[in-house]
Amino acid sequence: MEEIYGSLKVKRGLAEMLKGGVIMDVTSAQQAKIAEEAGAVAVMALERIPADIRAQGGVARTADPKLIKSIMSTVSIPVMAKVRIGHFVEAQILEAIDVDFIDESEVLTPADEIHHIDKWGFKVPFVCGARDLGEALRRISEGASMIRTKGEPGTGNIVEAVRHMRVVMDEIRKLINMSDEEVFVAAKELQASIDLVKGIKSLGRLPVVNFAAGGIATPADAALMMQLGADGVFVGSGIFKSANPKKRAEAIVAATTYFNEPKVIASVSEDLGEEMTGIDIKNLEEKDMMQVRGK
Amino acid sequence: MKVGVLTLQGAVSEHISAINKLGVEAIPVKFYEEISLIDGLIIPGGESTTMGRLIQRFKLESIIKKRISEGMPVYGTCAGMILLSKNIKESEQYSLGMLDITVIRNAFGRQIASKEVDLIIKGLDSAFHAIFIRAPIADKPGKDVEVLSKVSEGIVFLREHNILASSFHPELGDDLRVHQMFLDMVNDYNKIRR
Repeated sequence: MEEIYGSLKVKRGLAEMLKGGVIMDVTSAQQAKIAEEAGAVAVMALERIPADIRAQGGVARTADPKLIKSIMSTVSIPVMAKVRIGHFVEAQILEAIDVDFIDESEVLTPADEIHHIDKWGFKVPFVCGARDLGEALRRISEGASMIRTKGEPGTGNIVEAVRHMRVVMDEIRKLINMSDEEVFVAAKELQASIDLVKGIKSLGRLPVVNFAAGGIATPADAALMMQLGADGVFVGSGIFKSANPKKRAEAIVAATTYFNEPKVIASVSEDLGEEMTGIDIKNLEEKDMMQVRGK
Repeated sequence: MKVGVLTLQGAVSEHISAINKLGVEAIPVKFYEEISLIDGLIIPGGESTTMGRLIQRFKLESIIKKRISEGMPVYGTCAGMILLSKNIKESEQYSLGMLDITVIRNAFGRQIASKEVDLIIKGLDSAFHAIFIRAPIADKPGKDVEVLSKVSEGIVFLREHNILASSFHPELGDDLRVHQMFLDMVNDYNKIRR
C-alpha cells in the first residue's frame, strides 16, 4: 500500500480543516489550555505576543523549542509556531519537533529582506501574510498552504486587516471579469505566474484558505472579517491583553461561527470586560509598521 | 431530498460541493430548526473540541441526537467520527455518544504523519484514494458495527445502522463513491419514511 506524506493535498487539507475557526496566540501552556477550552481550532506558540514585541522592541525570534513542546503536550488541537521571514533553519527546527503548521511571519524580525523560505522543501505546511493578491500569489508560488491578511499586528486596530482583505477580494473580482488576453498583463502587474493567475480566474478564489489576522480584538471584528470573505481568523494580542481572556475567546469563537447572525453576535458581546487599549495606525511611523516586511 | 452539513467549523464547502455533484441539494445547518428539517446530516472534518463546545453552547445536542435516534442517516468525517463516538480514549472531551466505538485521536501522529493512502473498502470494487489529516482511528467496535475498511493502525471506515463514519476525508478528493454510499442510506431512509 503506497503512502504519500507531506503532499499538497495533505498540507492544504489541514488548512481546510481550520476553516470557520479561530487560531489564538499563546505564550505558555497555561494560555494554550485556556484557548483550547474556549474553542480555538489551533494555537500559535510564541515567546511574546505582538503587542509586547511592539512595546519592548529588540529582535523577535522563533520561540524556545521547549516552550513549543510544552504547549504541544498540553493541548490536543494543532500547534502552530512562527519563524522569521527567510529563516529556513528556524523552520527546520520547528519541523524537527513536529509542529503542525509554520507561520513565516512579519511579526518577528525578518532574517532575509529579499527572499522568503522555499516552503516546497518542507513536509509541514506554512501560512504567510499578504496585503494584496500579488503578495498572496508570490507566497503560494513559494509553497505556502494558507494565506492570511497581515493587518497591523499588536495594535488591536482592525483597519489594516480590513484594507488587506478588501484589496485581495477586489483584485480577485477584477481577475474573474477579465478577458483571457488581459490576464497576461495582470500576471505581470501582480508579479505572479500566469498559471496561478489563470487558476484564480477560473476558480474564483485563492487556491488555498485565506484567513484574517492583525488587529482583531472583539467578536464584532471577527464577524466583520468573516463577512468580508475571510475563511477564519487569527487573534493575537486581542485575547490575552484583555481583562477576561477566556470569556472573550469564547465570544470570538461564537461570533466567527455565527458571523452573519447579528443577534448571536450581540448576545456574546455582552459584558466581556475591558478590551486591549489599541493603537491608532496614524500614530505609527513607517519604521514601526510590521506589514511592510516581506513583499 | 436535502442533506445538511453541520456548519459550526471545518471543511463544510467541500462536502456541500460533493453532494451537489451527485445531484442532491446540500445546505449548511447551524440552528436547531434547520437540523429538524433535513433528510441526512454530515458532520465534517475540523476540530472536534471546537465543534463539541459549540454544540453545547448553542444547544444543538438534543436535536442531533433525536434525529439520529429516529433513524436519520448521519455521516461523520474525522472530527465528525470523534463527535459521534461513545468513548474517546484518554480524554474527557465532549462527544454525542451515538456510535459504539472508542476513538483514538491523532492515532497516526501529528500533521507530519498526515498522508494519502489507497484503501480497500468493503462494497467498492476498486481502491479508494483516501486523505488522512491528523486522523483518528476507531477501536473496540460494538456488535452492531460493520467494519468497512482497516489499515495497519486500525479501523478507519465503519457503519452502525444509520451512522456512517470515516477517519479520512473523501470531500478533499474527486472520488464521490463514499458520498454516494451515504446518499444511498439517505434514499433508503426517505423511502421508509414516506
